[in-house]
Amino acid sequence: MAITVGDLTRPRGNARSIRDAIATGLMATSVVLVMIPLVLVLTYVIERGSALFGWRFLTSDIPTTRSSGGGMGPAVAGTLLITGTATAISVPLGVMGGIYLNEYGRNSRPAVMLRVLTDVMTGVPSIVMGLFVYTFLVLRTQSLSGMAGALALAALMLPVVIRATEEMLRLVPDDLRFGSFALGSRRATTIWRVALPAALPGIISGALLAIARAAGETAPLLFVIGITSKPNWSLSGTNTALSVQIFRNATQPFEGAQQRAWAAALTLILIAFAFTILARLLSAALTRRSGAF
Amino acid sequence: MSMADDDIRPALAERVDDIAVTDDVEVFEVTGLAVRYDEVTAISEVDLTICEREITAFIGPSGCGKSTVLRCFNRMNDLIDSAHVEGSVLYHGVDLYDPRVDPVVVRRRIGMVFQKPNPFPKSIYDNIAYGPRIAGIKADLDGIVEQSLTRAGLWDEAKDRLRTSALGLSGGQQQRLCIARAIAVSPDVLLMDEPCSSLDPIATGRIEELMREIKNDYTIIIVTHNMQQAARVSDRTAFFTAEVHGPTGQRRGRLVEFDNTGTIFSNPADERTEAYITGRFG
Ligand SMILES: Nc1ncnc2c1ncn2[C@@H]1O[C@H](COP(=O)(O)OP(=O)(O)OP(=O)(O)O)[C@@H](O)[C@H]1O
Ligand SMILES: [Mg+2]
Repeated sequence: MAITVGDLTRPRGNARSIRDAIATGLMATSVVLVMIPLVLVLTYVIERGSALFGWRFLTSDIPTTRSSGGGMGPAVAGTLLITGTATAISVPLGVMGGIYLNEYGRNSRPAVMLRVLTDVMTGVPSIVMGLFVYTFLVLRTQSLSGMAGALALAALMLPVVIRATEEMLRLVPDDLRFGSFALGSRRATTIWRVALPAALPGIISGALLAIARAAGETAPLLFVIGITSKPNWSLSGTNTALSVQIFRNATQPFEGAQQRAWAAALTLILIAFAFTILARLLSAALTRRSGAF
Repeated sequence: MSMADDDIRPALAERVDDIAVTDDVEVFEVTGLAVRYDEVTAISEVDLTICEREITAFIGPSGCGKSTVLRCFNRMNDLIDSAHVEGSVLYHGVDLYDPRVDPVVVRRRIGMVFQKPNPFPKSIYDNIAYGPRIAGIKADLDGIVEQSLTRAGLWDEAKDRLRTSALGLSGGQQQRLCIARAIAVSPDVLLMDEPCSSLDPIATGRIEELMREIKNDYTIIIVTHNMQQAARVSDRTAFFTAEVHGPTGQRRGRLVEFDNTGTIFSNPADERTEAYITGRFG
């Protein structure tokens, strides 16, 4: 059979290659469309925020009078403390919940119920979580506190961490578990030494993304943590957070406050960005170590 | 694949001398074994005796219950919710299904190698050390790792990369790693479920060679679809088949014949065995 190169080259001008070209064009357009708002938001925040942003801004107190300048030290402290506490509560609980769902409960009634509950919880608007904490904690104890904010954020993060853990454990092949059992290990050993390490990179990036989201939450914090102009590193007593300060400062009708709002927004974006980078680095390092390329 | 008997006879003839079926110590004594998955009985009426330091091969068409029977020897069926085991499996005279028996302890003595190599996503070293570590052995892990890899014929290839991921090994190397991992806990019995099915002839040859070498210390049961392999390595062979059972039309596994490998392949008593090994079946 005689074959020329022409027989093996891509046909031109037929219906399929036209469809192909259209699809490629559409894809390229949507990439650009997606990039536009992202780039605009980022450049605008950097442009407006960098006027005030700096080490002084991150550490000084928030001015109480109508003055320009000043910093967001208390809000940085509050965001780190509240998000950190929320993480310390929700990540261990969430990982345990995910382990239960995939390794023990599977399709039992309690597991199915927990799964439905988690899904419902994921859909609850964050302000409702705030309202819940406000009613059950703030009103009863008659005090606004960082702890109340941390609990509201933890409630938001919990379902995300549970499902991320479950999904990642589900991806671990059962062959590995059988291999472990066949060597005479118990279920807890198998989970701890084989299933969890294999799923860890995914669990960590899921958890860190949940943290980054929680750090930016405003609604549930607005009415449960109160306000302060001095850093409060304790979980009791009123506190403040970057997201809340952005809201307060941005709604004030003078330039100094608005500058602070933009710089606080930049700070928050940088914190979220740092978490995202950390998530990638950590899961890449763990993946490399386990060799699961 | 053609399974003509003239493929098997040379394999047998080569090793007539070393098929040493003696009146050995019994390791397993199986009587009236039946396994069902929920309502469906996968296999029933299995009676077998497995002798110490012998290689016993399980052959038979797909779905006849070879893997199911194999998993009864180390209680891996316990991990399948729907599986129910009836009958008795005596291990050195002790009923493995006695309520006082802990399956975890059983599995430390009776190791298993799976059809698909399943190394943990850890380093080669950590894979081998896994069993000893969970058994609480801390002394001389290096020695255990070296010895196990050497026995599995992987030491030379792996010694310079012990700390690298086991997933970087080839399929055949991974399977030898799994064998090394299984023997690192010094089991008494090694159960192998089609250990060579994903390997090329050279890797298969190495594993068969390895089985012959370690057979002096271990009792081995191997499931295989490769009749030449059964003829080459095993001392005794059990032939299973699946037959339509009763009015429901469900297929149920049966042990048809269990004898010295030489007899099974050259002079089987049952015509179904004869049909299977000569390739007139399935
Ligand atoms: N986990 C399970 N749940 C339900 N049925 C099962 C399960 N495992 C096996 N079976 C059924 O039991 C029967 C025997 O299966 P088994 O895997 O033991 O066969 P086998 O002889 O090992 O086959 P193969 O040669 O293909 O590996 C089959 O009908 C199979 O469908
Ligand atoms: Mg099988």
